[in-house]
Amino acid sequence: MSFINAKTSFVSAMALIAGMGMAQAANTDITVAMQLEPPHLDPTSAAAGAIDNVVYSNIFEGLTRFMGDGSVVPGLAESWTVSDDGLTYTFKLHSGVKFHDGTTMDAEDVKFSLDRARAEDSTNAQKGLFKNIADVTVVDPTTVKVTLSAPTGNFLFNLAWGDAVIVAPESIENIKTHPVGTGAFTFTNWVQGDKIELTRNADYWGTPAKLEHATFKFISDPTAAFAAVMAEDVDVFSGFPAPENLPQFEADPRFQVLVGSTEGETILSTNNKMPPFDNVKVREAMAHAIDRQAIIDGAMFGYGTPIGTHFAPHNPAYVDLTGLSKYDPALAKKMLAEAGFPDGFTTTLKLPPPSYARRGGEIIAAQLREVGIKTEISNLEWAQWLEQAFRGKDFGLTIVSHTEPMDIGIYANPDYYFQYDNKDFQKLMEDLNLATDPAKRTEMLQKAQRIISEDYVNGYLFQLASMSVAKAGVVGLWQNSPTQAVDLTAVYWKE
Amino acid sequence: MLRYTLKRLLSLVISLCVASLVIFMVIEVAPGDPASFMLGINAQPETVAALRTELGLDVPKYVRFLDWVGGMLQGDFGTSYTYRTPVTKMIGDRLWVSLPLAIYALTLSTLIAFPVGIYAASRRGKLGDAVVMGATQLGVAVPNFWFAMMAVLVFAINLRWFSAGGFPGWDKGFFGGLKALTLPAIALALPQASILARVMRSSLLDMLGEDFMRTARAKGLTRRQALWRHALRNAMIPVLTIIGLQFSFLLAGSIIIEQVFFLPGLGRLVFQSISQRDLIVVESVVMLLVFSVIVVNFAVDLAYAAVDPRLRSRT
Repeated sequence: MSFINAKTSFVSAMALIAGMGMAQAANTDITVAMQLEPPHLDPTSAAAGAIDNVVYSNIFEGLTRFMGDGSVVPGLAESWTVSDDGLTYTFKLHSGVKFHDGTTMDAEDVKFSLDRARAEDSTNAQKGLFKNIADVTVVDPTTVKVTLSAPTGNFLFNLAWGDAVIVAPESIENIKTHPVGTGAFTFTNWVQGDKIELTRNADYWGTPAKLEHATFKFISDPTAAFAAVMAEDVDVFSGFPAPENLPQFEADPRFQVLVGSTEGETILSTNNKMPPFDNVKVREAMAHAIDRQAIIDGAMFGYGTPIGTHFAPHNPAYVDLTGLSKYDPALAKKMLAEAGFPDGFTTTLKLPPPSYARRGGEIIAAQLREVGIKTEISNLEWAQWLEQAFRGKDFGLTIVSHTEPMDIGIYANPDYYFQYDNKDFQKLMEDLNLATDPAKRTEMLQKAQRIISEDYVNGYLFQLASMSVAKAGVVGLWQNSPTQAVDLTAVYWKE
Repeated sequence: MLRYTLKRLLSLVISLCVASLVIFMVIEVAPGDPASFMLGINAQPETVAALRTELGLDVPKYVRFLDWVGGMLQGDFGTSYTYRTPVTKMIGDRLWVSLPLAIYALTLSTLIAFPVGIYAASRRGKLGDAVVMGATQLGVAVPNFWFAMMAVLVFAINLRWFSAGGFPGWDKGFFGGLKALTLPAIALALPQASILARVMRSSLLDMLGEDFMRTARAKGLTRRQALWRHALRNAMIPVLTIIGLQFSFLLAGSIIIEQVFFLPGLGRLVFQSISQRDLIVVESVVMLLVFSVIVVNFAVDLAYAAVDPRLRSRT
């Protein structure tokens, strides 16, 4: 009897505690969860995608911007003209644009932002985007002229990156903890380790946001992420970390699952200078030993698109080259023997933390073992990976998803960690940078894709899928991720 | 007593100096550079160098060590590499979650362990004792994060009484904060309570065999009266020692529980800082924990000496 009493009183005590502090969110508020917390909030001085997730388009805007479908459209620049030689861009800015602190956004701010990004002591993680800028001149408060040292076909695309947003000299000092931009949301509060809060910018120059308040929460543990969505603590989970749980959300009418494409080419990076990988025969043999679909199914639970080169499949210029590296273990063995390794060889496989690498790595190791290639797997933290594999080039194989948009140019840098050195390819990239004619550019990009695919520079595995879960009533989220962003400017709740 | 205190104080200072040096060296040896971590795989080498200069990472290690120690003497732990905010403030903010959580968990664990331990000791060898011993064995063996996940499954996902995690902040009301810490505190408390209950039981049983207990029984007290009046007080000494140890464990060791409930506590800060190579934060938090343990030990040493005069002459 006393046991039952104790039990009831325990349960009622729990119920009492549970009843405290209940609050119902109004339908102009949204809570978005993501796995990683930004280290700080300055998108122009760090590579962390988590920064862009919070601030891109919500707080900060650039001269141009990405839309959810990957297209580049005018941002703070209303229009622009390009000189015939492709060297001078004249941007006409929207007038009446104000920063969140009330100061005016004008041509001076554009000059300040671009000069800051390309300065000698710049800490911009994508400084390369600005390397062709020779000069930025203020013509009048709403006109700015950018002169390039060489034609840059991708210039407007480059300006849409989160690293190229417009910031103000008045507020730059505290940008890392108190970002001041021109976007549809203003920054209100950051409880480090927990959440970041944004409020609608009432004085926004463009179409105002429909949401009143937005909260970003950071939940790194996949199990906790699942629980938070199931308990409806969060309205959206952007970049849901556990693909194995997605079918469960799909079956639940309370939720919608958004699966789209990203710019992340997931590759088995191969150290092209390290024997035996300096032999193209060996790399080709390895490509035939890998069963991409098994990796996508086993590591990503079926989410991901196979790729045969370093290029995003949703890009119009993409060429499907997966046929060049068809799964054929017998052929792989034969080629290895021809290359002088009838009994295979042993190499290292260094895996960074994301699950595509850790889970995918185990599967690839098993597939390579089938053809006689033995791998010594070591799991590394990102900081270790950057030090050993990326900077130290001390690796045989590794798995990384290259998430930067349009990054095939990394193959033109012989010092880049996989150390691919092909003069023809480097020349092609130089020519590509100078080309502005879209048809010509497409042709060159396709040629570039073929070269690296036929050289089997790396093992091309799959395009990373973007996976988000949201409550059924949320409308207007990006399905694809042309850049790292959780653009809330057009998001609203269905009645 | 004065000489004893001075001796202890000297040993405290030496311990702190050695600890700061060891912490700095061990953590700085870890491979990885905060600047390259922040700038990622597209950054140009000159940009990484510029950021290293900005962060003050290009000065020799011993200079950084002296700066760090010098700052700490004035209560300033320096500035975080990644967050760019003062480390002292970051630790302070996180303590507002971790400290209440540790106290909450310790209170729960004590409230559970005392009655259970006493009950088991008074029923030694009977069914009740066997049940308690079995349950606490399970409690010791099962990791606290498993309890945490089960609690989330039942109380957050199915019953919807609690949030699955997160912390609203004390400024949103005391009870809201308390509620957010309830499931984590229970998950932390159950294994600790199991340990404590077992210590309580065995410590009491030890006392039951002592001469003074036989005397008490001979005076006519019942077994239960003797247990409450005489055994309990004497059995408290090992129990209090365990509680002290548990507190520092709960303060520093709730990393996994803070991950499971996504609480902005000290453990999560350390976890994040290690992966981002925010070395100065890691060093400072570890130093702070070492400092608190050393100071607590110092206080305990003094307290022992106060209660037991024999200790003073021995050292």
